[in-house]
Amino acid sequence: MTQTAAVPGNPSPRELFVAFFQCAISGFGGTLPFARRMLVERRKWLTPQEFVETLSLCQSLPGPNIVNMSIVVGGRSAGWLGSLAAFAGLVGAPVLIVTTMGALYSQFGAVPQVRGALLGLGAAASGLLAATALRTAEPLLKGKPWIAVPFMATAFAAVALLHFPLPYVLLALAPISIGVVWWQRRRA
Amino acid sequence: MKGNDTLVQLALQFCTLSLIAFGGANALIPEIHHQSVDVRHWMTDQDFTSLYAIAQACPGPNFLVSTLVGWKAAGLAGAMVATIAMCGPSCLLTFWIAKVWDRYREAEWRLAVGGGLAPVTVGFVFSSAFVLVRAADSTWSLGAVTAVSAALAYYTKLNPIWWLLGAGVLGVFGAFGG
Repeated sequence: MTQTAAVPGNPSPRELFVAFFQCAISGFGGTLPFARRMLVERRKWLTPQEFVETLSLCQSLPGPNIVNMSIVVGGRSAGWLGSLAAFAGLVGAPVLIVTTMGALYSQFGAVPQVRGALLGLGAAASGLLAATALRTAEPLLKGKPWIAVPFMATAFAAVALLHFPLPYVLLALAPISIGVVWWQRRRA
Repeated sequence: MKGNDTLVQLALQFCTLSLIAFGGANALIPEIHHQSVDVRHWMTDQDFTSLYAIAQACPGPNFLVSTLVGWKAAGLAGAMVATIAMCGPSCLLTFWIAKVWDRYREAEWRLAVGGGLAPVTVGFVFSSAFVLVRAADSTWSLGAVTAVSAALAYYTKLNPIWWLLGAGVLGVFGAFGG
């Protein structure tokens, strides 16, 4: 078993801030691929195996995955101060940039060229998300599709087609889904 | 007091979303869209698509659309409230749970929870894509952009910023009306 309690080199809060700042500002269209490159390949704070395990922890918890990743890696390295530094590095600059862009949008959103650009951007961004949905579905379809697909389809239909509020759908479906997986694993 | 009411609504909405955001921010798009367009009337469908597009075109984590929703609803204070509410609760929970996690890493219940949540959250991500594609693709040419973008993202390892910018440039020159 790999030991995940400590991070090689014990990065300081300052190093954590810088590292997460770097992957935040290079992370267009999602930060995760950049985070992997930084944590595993460049700084070697995590082995590939530890990265997958940490990601699965972050995905099992609510909240943006990459934000959770900054909290976990920061916390393991330097306690709550490390978490805070990694989080601030990850979120600070992007929040400023995006708010500035939002302000520009409200100022110039009515200009035809800007409207046109945003129509194009919006169409491309929605296509990007469609591809992400397919990618995240792949491992489930390879595993036990007869278990995963009904829950996937029900969640999709309830939210996208029937417009049920997402929290209720999650509260209704998750216990059944977890129960089925639990039962399936016990039998295996 | 309308401004303060909006801030309270933002804080409550995003704190709730923060704690149910299994599978990351992408799974929450339908709920954020529904709340801010249909329930609270903070913005139009078109505004929401534009804000999502801006968030995607900026560097950083993809929950930033909530920062922009907060900003659109209540200005700079709204942006800060939405951002902190979106991250705060889940960060505290993650910090606390990460400390006890290693002990239970191989536990049977942990694997069942992970395996059970996965298909539901993937269903939510599909819903998000569905909501956004419907809002964004008002014409055939925009539908074509979405299809090409999805194909590029799925079949290549190119950095998406290039074709996001490309689609924006096409729009500047009036390819999609405006």
